[in-house]
Amino acid sequence: MSGLRSFVARRLLLGGVQTVAVVLLVFALTEALPGDAAVALAGDQPDPARVAAIREAMELDRPAWERLADWAAGLLHGDLGTSLVSGRPVRQYLADGFGPTLLLASLTVALLVPVGFGLGVLAARHAGRPVDRLISSVTLAVYAVPEFALGVLLVTVFALRLGWLPPTALGYGTDLLAHPAALVLPVLVLLSRPVCSLARLVRAGMIDALASPYVAHARRYGVSGLRIRYTHALPNALAPAAQQLARTVDWLLCGVVVVEALYVIPGLGTVLLGAVAERDVPVVQGLAVVFGVLTVVLNLGADLVAHRLTPRAGVAA
Amino acid sequence: MHDVSTDRPSSFPELRRRGFLAATGVGALALAGCGGPGTDDGAGKDDGSPTKGGRLRAAFAGGGASETLDPHLANLFADVARAKALFDKLADYGADLSAVPRLADRWEPNKALDRWQVTLRKAVFHDGSPVTAKDVLYSYRRIADPKQAFRAKASLEPIDLDASRATGARSLEFVLKRPTAEFPNVLAAFGAYIVPEGATEFDEKPVGSGPFRFVSFTPGRSAVFRRHDAYWEGAPHLDEIEFVVANEESARVNALLGGQVEYAHELNPTTARAHEDKGRIEIVRLRGSAMQAFCMKTDRPPFDDPRVRQAFFLIADRRELVDGALSGAGEVGNDLFGKGYEYYADGLPQREQDLGRARSLLKRAGAEDLKVTLDTSAVAAGFTEAAGIFRDQAKKAGVTVDVRMGSKDSYWSDILDNGALCCYRSGAMPIEAHISQRLLTDSTTNATKWRHKDFDALYQQAQSTRDKAERAAVYERMQRRLYAEGGFLVWGFADWIIGTARNVKGVDAKAPANTLDWARFDTVWLA
Repeated sequence: MSGLRSFVARRLLLGGVQTVAVVLLVFALTEALPGDAAVALAGDQPDPARVAAIREAMELDRPAWERLADWAAGLLHGDLGTSLVSGRPVRQYLADGFGPTLLLASLTVALLVPVGFGLGVLAARHAGRPVDRLISSVTLAVYAVPEFALGVLLVTVFALRLGWLPPTALGYGTDLLAHPAALVLPVLVLLSRPVCSLARLVRAGMIDALASPYVAHARRYGVSGLRIRYTHALPNALAPAAQQLARTVDWLLCGVVVVEALYVIPGLGTVLLGAVAERDVPVVQGLAVVFGVLTVVLNLGADLVAHRLTPRAGVAA
Repeated sequence: MHDVSTDRPSSFPELRRRGFLAATGVGALALAGCGGPGTDDGAGKDDGSPTKGGRLRAAFAGGGASETLDPHLANLFADVARAKALFDKLADYGADLSAVPRLADRWEPNKALDRWQVTLRKAVFHDGSPVTAKDVLYSYRRIADPKQAFRAKASLEPIDLDASRATGARSLEFVLKRPTAEFPNVLAAFGAYIVPEGATEFDEKPVGSGPFRFVSFTPGRSAVFRRHDAYWEGAPHLDEIEFVVANEESARVNALLGGQVEYAHELNPTTARAHEDKGRIEIVRLRGSAMQAFCMKTDRPPFDDPRVRQAFFLIADRRELVDGALSGAGEVGNDLFGKGYEYYADGLPQREQDLGRARSLLKRAGAEDLKVTLDTSAVAAGFTEAAGIFRDQAKKAGVTVDVRMGSKDSYWSDILDNGALCCYRSGAMPIEAHISQRLLTDSTTNATKWRHKDFDALYQQAQSTRDKAERAAVYERMQRRLYAEGGFLVWGFADWIIGTARNVKGVDAKAPANTLDWARFDTVWLA
C-alpha cells in the first residue's frame, strides 16, 4: 500500500503545482484582456477622468505583480480577497454559487450512473440486434445536439406547449429544492450528453470484454451469463467509465454555463460569466482556484478507482 | 416662470396625471396623498380602473453577483429600475426628455440664470422622516465627491456645491458656475437620486423616498420591495414588486410565457414579432429609445473633409439599415440626435440615399477608391449587422469599408479616441445633454472629435438665454450645422421592447427608456 500512498502524495503535489499554474495563467490572461475593470464598469460613459477615478478607487493603478502578491498572501491565510466591483468577499460569491451548481451536479450524477451503465450493459448484451442499434443511434443523435438547442427545445415543448414544467428557475433563487419541478429540464439537459458518452463507453468496454479469451474460458467452465457479465466483463469497462465520469463531474461543477444561463440558475457558471465580463479579477482567480482544486481531486479519485479495478494496467501520474 | 408645470401639460398629454397634480398644487397633492385608487387617471388608456394589490415580478438583464442598491452607482437598466422604485430625484425626464418636477416642487432662476431657488415638495423617507434640503445637499455632495466615481458626477458639474446652501427646511439655493438655462436637466440627471443625509450603506436596509420600500435583496437574483403608503404621489397600486435577474433574453421570454414573471424588459424584435397580437402576452414598444449611428471622427482623414462626411450621409440607406439591423423595430434617423424630443429640429428634410451625389462629393474631395475601417462589436443589438449592411451600401458608392470586430467589454473606451469610423448608440437624454457631453471642445466623451469654438459659443448662448423660444432657435442653428456637416450619421432610432402578461395594466407605452415613466411600477396594476 505504500506505493499507493506515494502515488497519492505525488499526485497531490502535482495537483498543487497545476493549481498554482492555472491561477497564474488566469491572472496573466485576465491582465492581457483588452480593458480592465474600470473600463468595463464605465461602459458607454468612458469619460477618461471617470475611468481614472474608478481605477484608483479599485487600486488598479498598482502594478500587476503587487496585486498578485497581495492576493497570494491572502490566499495563504485562506482569504480569497474581495471583489473589485462590489467590495464583497470572494468567498461569499463562491459560497452563494456553489449550492445550486452542486445540487445540479449531484442530481445529474445520481441519475447518470444508473442510466449510463444500464443503457451500456443493455446495448452490449444485445450487441448487433435492434435494441443495441436503437440505443446506439439514439445516444449518438442526442450526443450531437448542442445543450443550448436541446434546452430551448425542451422548454418549448414541456414548459410552453404542454405546460407540465416551469420554463426557468427565475425568482426561486438558491432555494431550488423547494421547487423540484424547475430542476427537471436543467438536469435532463445536463444528463443528455454524458449519458450518451458513458453508455457508449460501457457498451464498447463490455463488448471487448465479452469477446476476450478469459470470458470465453469462463463460458467453457459453464459460469452463468449473468455472472460473466457483471463480475468479469463489467469491471473491465468500469475503469475508462470512471475516468469519464470524473471528467463529467468536473465539467458539471465547473459551471454549466449554458444550462445556468438558459434556466436562470444562479450557480458558479453565472458567477464566472459575470466576473469575466466585469474584469472582476479576484473573483475569477477565486473560481480558478476552486475549479483547479476540484479537477485535481476528482481526477485523483478516478485514477484511484481505475487503479483498483485494473491494477495491472498501472497508473500514470 | 420656470415652474415647468404651468407651461408643459398641454404639450405632452401622456403625462396628464403629473401635470394635473403639479398644476393644481397642494390640494391635489393632499388628495393623492390619501392614496385612493380613484385619484389615478383611468382616462388615459382603456385599461379600466386600477385595482389594488398583488405582487408583480419583473425580469431584467442585470449585473450578476456584483449588483448593489446604491442608487448613485446605478449603471444598468436593472439598477435604474430598482433605484427608481426606492428613491426619487428632484426632477425626471418626461416623454419628450424635458425635465418634469418630482421632489422639487418648483424652481426659479435669477436673471443671470446662475442661481436657482428650488423648493421641495412635502415628502417623507420610508422611515417617516421628511425629505429636507439637507438631504439634497448631502446626496449631491456625495455624488460629486472627488474621491468617488459616481456616474452623475459629470452631470452635477455645473453646480458650485460649496456655495449652494439650504435656505429653509424645504428650500435651497443652487449657485452655479455659469449660466445654465437647462438647469432642471441637471436635477433630472441619470443617477442623481436623493438619499437621506449621512447614508452610506445601501445593501442592508436602504431608505429612500420612492414609491416602494425595501424588503429584501440578493445581488444578481432578486430584490423585493413593498408599497410605501406615505408616498407623496399616492401609494402604488401593487403591494409588492420583485425584480428578478435573467441575462439571457430567451430566459426572460420563457419566464414571461410560462407565467413566472409578469414583466420582461428588453426583448428582441424577432421575439416581439412572434408574440405580437397572439394574445398570450402584450408587447410594448417604447419608440425613440436608442439612437443608432455611425460616428465619424471629424479631426482625421478621411473625415476631416466635410465633403466626405456629406458623402457618407448620402451613402446610407436608412430604411434598409432599420429593417436589417433592427429587424424593423425602429424608425429612420436624420443625422440628428433626439427625434421627437424637446428642441429637436424636425423641420429639416429627411436625408435619403443618393449614391450619385455621394460619388461626386467623394470625387471633389479627392477620395475616390476610399478605403476606411469601420469598428464594431457585439456590444449592442444590431451593431454587427449594421456594419455589414453599411459596408454593402458603401460599396455601391465605390467606398471599401473594412469591418473590424472589437472587444465587447472595452468597446466604448476603445472607440473614444481610436479609429476613424465606428458604430455608435446612445440612450435617451435631453438634446442639451447630448451636446454638452459629446459635442463641445471640452466634452469628456466627444467621439466625433467635433471641436468648434463657434459651436461652443452657441451652446453658451443657449444656456444664457432665458426665453424658451429664443433658446429653441439657438438649438436649431446648432442642429442645422450638425445636419450639414456633423460627425454623427444617425440612421435610426430603435424601439425598446417590453413584454408583459395580459393582466398587467398601466404600463406607459410612450416613454423612451431612461425617462420617468419607463420601468415605473407605482402606476402599474394587476387586473
